Amino acid sequence: MRSLVSPDFLVKIDHQQCRRCKRCVQGCGFGALSFLDRVAPDNSKCVACQRCVAFCPEGAITVVQNPLTFKGNDYWTAKDIKSIYKQAEAGGMLLTGMGNDRPYGSYFDHMVLDACQVTNPSIDPLREPMELRTYLGSKPNALEFEERDGGAVLTTRLGPQVVLETPIIFAAMSYGAISLQAHKALARAASLSGSLMNTGEGGLHKELYPYSDRIIVQVASGRFGVNQEYLDRGVAVEIKIGQGAKPGIGGHLPGEKVNQEVSQTRMIPEGTDALSPAPHHDIYSIEDLSQLIYSLKEATRYTKPVGVKIAAVHNVAAIASGIVRAGADFVYIDGFRGGTGAAPTMIRDNVGIPIEMAIASVDDRMRQEGIRNQATLIAAGGIRNSGDVAKAIALGADVVAIGTAALVAMGCHLCQKCNTGNCSWGIATQRPELTRRLETEEATERLVNLLRGWSLELKDFLGALGLNAIESLRGSRDRLRGVGLNQVELDVLGIKPAGR
Amino acid sequence: MRGTVPRIPSGCSITGILNRKAKRFSGADVIKSIRLMHDRSNGLGGGFAGYGIYPQYRDHYAFHLLYHKETSQHETEHFLEKSFFIDCSEPIPTRPHPRITDTPILWRYFLRVKPYVVEQFSARQNERRPTGRLADVGYEEKNFVVKQVMEINQKIDGAFVASSGKNMGVFKGVGFPEDIGEFYRVEEYEGYMWTSHGRFPTNTPGWWGGAHPFTILDWSVVHNGEISSYGINRRYLEAFGYHCTLQTDTEVIAYLFDLLHRRQGLSLETTCLALSAPFWKEIDRYPEPRREVVTAIRQVYGSAMLNGPFSLVVGFNGGMIGITDRIKLRPLVCGQKDEVVYLSSEESAIREICPAPDRIWTIRAGEPIIVKLDEGVQP
Repeated sequence: MRSLVSPDFLVKIDHQQCRRCKRCVQGCGFGALSFLDRVAPDNSKCVACQRCVAFCPEGAITVVQNPLTFKGNDYWTAKDIKSIYKQAEAGGMLLTGMGNDRPYGSYFDHMVLDACQVTNPSIDPLREPMELRTYLGSKPNALEFEERDGGAVLTTRLGPQVVLETPIIFAAMSYGAISLQAHKALARAASLSGSLMNTGEGGLHKELYPYSDRIIVQVASGRFGVNQEYLDRGVAVEIKIGQGAKPGIGGHLPGEKVNQEVSQTRMIPEGTDALSPAPHHDIYSIEDLSQLIYSLKEATRYTKPVGVKIAAVHNVAAIASGIVRAGADFVYIDGFRGGTGAAPTMIRDNVGIPIEMAIASVDDRMRQEGIRNQATLIAAGGIRNSGDVAKAIALGADVVAIGTAALVAMGCHLCQKCNTGNCSWGIATQRPELTRRLETEEATERLVNLLRGWSLELKDFLGALGLNAIESLRGSRDRLRGVGLNQVELDVLGIKPAGR
Repeated sequence: MRGTVPRIPSGCSITGILNRKAKRFSGADVIKSIRLMHDRSNGLGGGFAGYGIYPQYRDHYAFHLLYHKETSQHETEHFLEKSFFIDCSEPIPTRPHPRITDTPILWRYFLRVKPYVVEQFSARQNERRPTGRLADVGYEEKNFVVKQVMEINQKIDGAFVASSGKNMGVFKGVGFPEDIGEFYRVEEYEGYMWTSHGRFPTNTPGWWGGAHPFTILDWSVVHNGEISSYGINRRYLEAFGYHCTLQTDTEVIAYLFDLLHRRQGLSLETTCLALSAPFWKEIDRYPEPRREVVTAIRQVYGSAMLNGPFSLVVGFNGGMIGITDRIKLRPLVCGQKDEVVYLSSEESAIREICPAPDRIWTIRAGEPIIVKLDEGVQP
């Protein structure tokens, strides 16, 4: 069948500049460039990952959006039409990678932070201490002490706490979805920054063992790679119920990405698709979830926080409340902009709610029920910069997780083709000729730099707000104002409009 | 989210005087001290808290009320009668003053709680009482009184409780503090402890409820500064039944002392540690078990920590506390002469009434001065 899908992009080679070094041909993971008498692009294969552009020593390549494809139509977009062609030709589901890219807008972009002028002085983070330290884990509502001669002694026993030197951690991304090099870079950067990485549902490769004290190990519905040693190797355990990019859908790792190493780490046969079921087959109710939480606590002898990750969906506040009451030490909420290694496009683009709304409603609900201290609230799904981090924390999150931003730091150009396993940047692929181009050293440095830069910016926000500890911003919605939001949206977010 | 009530930031002067042997002295001294710091306030608020001023009613809850209209008074009295025996109800004595105008109705009541009301109330509570509080017989009764104060402030239009403790009272209003003192005839009262406040708000409707001290039960707080963490402090307190209705950040401080010390049983020292916590880099260097203790306090009470510039004098039956924020963005000086302890924004305000103190020193950032009546001394 002849394909009716026209190319999304056009690769333009300046043959005057080109010295025919063929670096671009080798560099393209998607096979869009070949060499005949000169470099010859196959536009239909180009995904605009920009690898060739970035590495052409002569700057001879440009990738541009294909200017004309269809007659202008505000309702039937080129994307709609092409998707129909693709499905008509192949009869399958549309698949994609990364997060929801639809123009839903962002509530972060409609909120602004406060700053001090005169009455309470702003604090200069270059000259005064600024504290970002955050503890992940369940806290009691009150402490009890026994006064002894040497001073007060704590008689309340706190649950396990994991210390974070910055309230920004890396989101769950599995080995399999991303390369071992990328996984290692995340673990090392977390270790160097006092942050955390998260295994995702793909198990833990032995090369990450040295960074165990900075790793959240995930238990997902497929239970890939889960055994006693795996649980022992993490500093916290996360049960994954759902993911922002695909709420209600299981995991998808295509067999092409399951090489020997991945197969060993996941404990599945080489080359098989790793399809984790939509629900956990032992969790069909909140009681079942509670059982799994306590099974994992028993298995780890109550030495590690055990939490639950869910996608932000309509009823997220009630669900999160149930999860906390079921015994979770942290709740990880993933908004509808959250990324993925592979998801059905329609699910990714049409299911779930914005993380801003989810944070506000979950934090409100937990406070109303008097259980806010019982669990750490981790928010993720489309955090693009430290401004988003500060706003998420002011809305009520304890910790913010970044996935897409971390990948971008390592070189990702958001071409959204993670599901193909052809990532030219060596991140979302297992092809050895591609993965080896991602140098763990450099990727680590980039991640550490990103966390450092954002943390410095967070301190600047705090100083401007007249605060010197992150917990004084957490949930302090007084310090946020809405711009261009209607009253219902303001009420849900629990903030006032600018000018009030 | 609750809390549509706007908050008004402010700067100020504060003073506190305590006689550790509970010898009572006239309010004239504290007026003299706060008068000297006239320029630290701008005439939009002044107030006094006197302790030991009602010995004839020492076991009664002394409620000082501000009413903006007569109907508020009727409604409040009707509300009070349901739960309290009102053993005395009278206007708070004042004298006409040229610079004090637009005065609300100022009334005080000496109240005893009807016992069966507390029993009913405590039967409905499911709060676990901290072990340290088990022996505290008045615990439930005080919780009940707190709730009544919250209801009046929240639900009765035009009525505000200025103070609600035993054997203490607050005299506050719109004006320079020395004028407010003269207006309320504060010099005619004798107490063993006085605190005072002169206010310099940057933006305010002139309203009497917004003047300091802020109180709950016998806690009173005078505050110079602004609580930048007010937003989260208020939301934290709401979960424990405290509702901030007085449009000023200082309100949360009184409630935090009540929650952490009285209800949760933390010692005053520990309460101060939670509210003005040391920095992590210091905590990390503490020897055990102190490191563990302070780490846990910051982990658990992060939302209670007061952030932003402040110096405070907190009064309670039997003592007072002086404390500043942890980087000391507001001044606080402590002086001592024999059994009298002074706290003030300025050394001059102490020397004004005590020219030759035995000791006088500035308080270190975040380190509380906790002064109590000498052992065995009854107010």
